[in-house]
Amino acid sequence: MNISRPRPKLDAENRAFWTGGSEGKLNIMRCGDCGQYTHPPKLLCRHCQSENVAPQAVAGTGVIDTYTINYQAWMPGLEVPFVIARVKLDGVPGVYLTSNIVGCPVDEVEFDDRVRVTFEEQDGIWYPLFRKAG
Amino acid sequence: MAIKEAYITGIGQSEVGIRLTRAPLLLTVDAIKEALEESGLKLEQIDGVATYPGKMPGYLGFSPISADELIEALNIKSKWHLGGSEMPAQLSAIASAAIAVKAGLARHVICFRTVYEAAAMARPEEYPPLNRKFVEGPSQWLAPFLAISAANWTAQYAMRHMKRYGMTREQLAQVALNAHRNAVINPRARAIVKEPLTLEKYMSARMITSPFCLYDCDRFTDCSTVVIVSAGDALDEVKCKPIRIAAVSGSVNRYSWDQVEWPASYETGEDLWTRTDYKPKDLDTAQLYDGFSFLPITWIEGLGIAKRGEGHLFIEGGTRIARDGVLPMNTHGGQLGAGRLHGFGFAHEAVTQLRGKGGERQIPGSPKLAVATSGGGPMAAALLLARD
Repeated sequence: MNISRPRPKLDAENRAFWTGGSEGKLNIMRCGDCGQYTHPPKLLCRHCQSENVAPQAVAGTGVIDTYTINYQAWMPGLEVPFVIARVKLDGVPGVYLTSNIVGCPVDEVEFDDRVRVTFEEQDGIWYPLFRKAG
Repeated sequence: MAIKEAYITGIGQSEVGIRLTRAPLLLTVDAIKEALEESGLKLEQIDGVATYPGKMPGYLGFSPISADELIEALNIKSKWHLGGSEMPAQLSAIASAAIAVKAGLARHVICFRTVYEAAAMARPEEYPPLNRKFVEGPSQWLAPFLAISAANWTAQYAMRHMKRYGMTREQLAQVALNAHRNAVINPRARAIVKEPLTLEKYMSARMITSPFCLYDCDRFTDCSTVVIVSAGDALDEVKCKPIRIAAVSGSVNRYSWDQVEWPASYETGEDLWTRTDYKPKDLDTAQLYDGFSFLPITWIEGLGIAKRGEGHLFIEGGTRIARDGVLPMNTHGGQLGAGRLHGFGFAHEAVTQLRGKGGERQIPGSPKLAVATSGGGPMAAALLLARD
């Protein structure tokens, strides 16, 4: 997909997530006190309210929890079809990422497929997309 | 009539159309006049206004009119008003009005939802489309992955139902088929749907986002819908059959479309029955939010009408939800058949049926209890409405 993707506005909460790909890292906010993850990232832990939170590079692998094949061109130049999936990340309980499954035909995507993160950079934003693993 | 209760007295609706030219303020006033006429109330008796989601200056087609502006335009002497999107879904505006009249803050509250999305799209110079340089807030976790529409977000829950519980497209289709069957005999839906839908036509329609095809998604519509909520001790001022708001519920757990395990319709549906002695089996009709066809299935399960994972079996074949079925659903055509009135259409139709004023689409058996719902993603609201 070589379309200009909608851009998030970087701030103190989300910067590590959207720029971690420059170091090959998928960063999810983790609590230094209780060890649990908060996503979408916030300035405090959503489990114990500790402010001792920091981005943590996670494995970047996971499984497809659910998905949809999008056929509608919502904006000019959008090439269809493509897959939108909700990925359940390994080692990050309770966190899902909505993303795209790239690098394979849309009809080869199935529930529970194992996937691995791959980054697509556009103008300083590193979009975490996923490819089927193995 | 119980003095401490809240009632829906008047209901009204403007013309329902696609690309209307009548100004949205005037459509709102059209709906208000109809509601006042029906209730026997005069504008001078209105002392409250509530709306969802309030005026959206950056996205006027979605919500062009504010409660403030209506108070000013109609010279309403308001003692309580509310307009905002930070509440659990559209019908929470009506639930809030019910709480206000019970608390004695107002006697008669105009609740409205005005939509102008089709007209706005046709006249972008007058109603500029949402055009942001950046995506912020919850949409920043979805739009960058080209999951632009709520259709994409909702479709993934529908896909999961297919995978986990074996729901088929033929079963899902019943929501749209039922909607069209009812809409073709609803005079207010003339501009939206002109002929019945067949399963064959549904199955061959173009896909939007699997498993949703064109007929699984509602359509931008221009309309205003009004519900007047009155205090129990003010019913001597109305001339219509009041409909009691027997219970309300609404919930949000995660304000993120992709972090919730189950749409909010489940918790909201369960909560509704904890606030009343009525049971799901007492329902005579269900008006269930169908911005996308899958949502009524989540409501059927959430409300306990069918078990979790069996909602699609309840609607299979369409006979149970038909006008002469055990639980007539979306008898005006829902949003799939009667246009994207955005939540308020379900309350309007529930009251219409409870009063026996459905005309050709009136369900048999003198209905006494109805549920009206809205939302179903991370936020949802429900109203239980009773004719005493």
